[in-house]
Amino acid sequence: MTVEPPLQLDNADVLGIAEDWVRAGRSVALATVVETWGSAPRPVGSHLVIDGDCHFEGSVSGGCVEGAVIEEAIEVIGKGEPRLLEFGVADETAWRVGLSCGGRIRVYVEKVV
Amino acid sequence: MDRFTLERLNEARRQRQAAILVTNLASGVVRLVREDDAGLDRMIEPALAELLPDRFRSARSGLVRTADGDEFFLTVHVPPPRLVIIGAVHISQALAPMARIAGFDVTIIDPRTAFATPERFADVAVLAEWPEDVLKRAPLDAFTAVAALTHDPKIDDEPIRAALAAGCFYVGALGSRKTHAKRIERLQAAGVSPAATATIRAPIGLAIGAQSPAEIAVSVLAELVEALRKRGVVATELAS
Repeated sequence: MTVEPPLQLDNADVLGIAEDWVRAGRSVALATVVETWGSAPRPVGSHLVIDGDCHFEGSVSGGCVEGAVIEEAIEVIGKGEPRLLEFGVADETAWRVGLSCGGRIRVYVEKVV
Repeated sequence: MDRFTLERLNEARRQRQAAILVTNLASGVVRLVREDDAGLDRMIEPALAELLPDRFRSARSGLVRTADGDEFFLTVHVPPPRLVIIGAVHISQALAPMARIAGFDVTIIDPRTAFATPERFADVAVLAEWPEDVLKRAPLDAFTAVAALTHDPKIDDEPIRAALAAGCFYVGALGSRKTHAKRIERLQAAGVSPAATATIRAPIGLAIGAQSPAEIAVSVLAELVEALRKRGVVATELAS
């Protein structure tokens, strides 16, 4: 049994990374899956952390909408206002994760100030 | 979110404390609620506050809409549950792998070196030490369960006492009603309150007529899951 447990878990400690980046003086946005319909590839509560230079860690969709979320996150970092995004997940992607019916997700993007 | 809230959230996670981040999706205002916080009602509007106990139990994040039409996202952080098994016995050989499959981080402690061998427990942490020595460096907490399975008071009693003191969500002990009655006498003589000893699950496991060690392990695991998912609710029932 370890005395100092590692931080959890499903999110590969994206929140720990976000804190480290902020401490290092980087501009940081945090994206969170807040709602899913159908066969969304990542569960509600999944995080993606993005910095002002387009570095990112974590996942909100298993890859298919990360590019768009990162673009929006850069704008959120610039303007400071949070945004609520909605995406349809293409059937092709849904197939790749083992489901055939497609899905939709809503992603909240906020700046860590 | 502001960096201080993020730091407080990560601090709660490091301390194995349950916490919920409440985000108003319209305004962007974020508040952190730790399960061990007192005065919850002063921090959060009542309509939201009443939803939080269920969220702490289910550990499910999700979106909620209030009567006013505001959307809030609840990010629920609950530490991974641990199971500490006292006794590297036959039941433990079945319980440890089953509990791991169910998502528990399992540790077995037994000072009897003939029992506590890696050969008998593949892929599980087995410590051939006295429980009190292990618990000194790795204290129990509210998200840890303790199952005492040795039948031996010298080994079982101290971790049971420690588990009750730490508020473990589950404390179970193997033994007949007669054995357990004597155990309660010893614990109370050592200063444990009757209210605390009443929360010990004994005889251990749900009453499913389990016979074999593997079946007893199933009954213990079912009882563990119930205790985890009904945290607080079950404790209140037992106390009443």
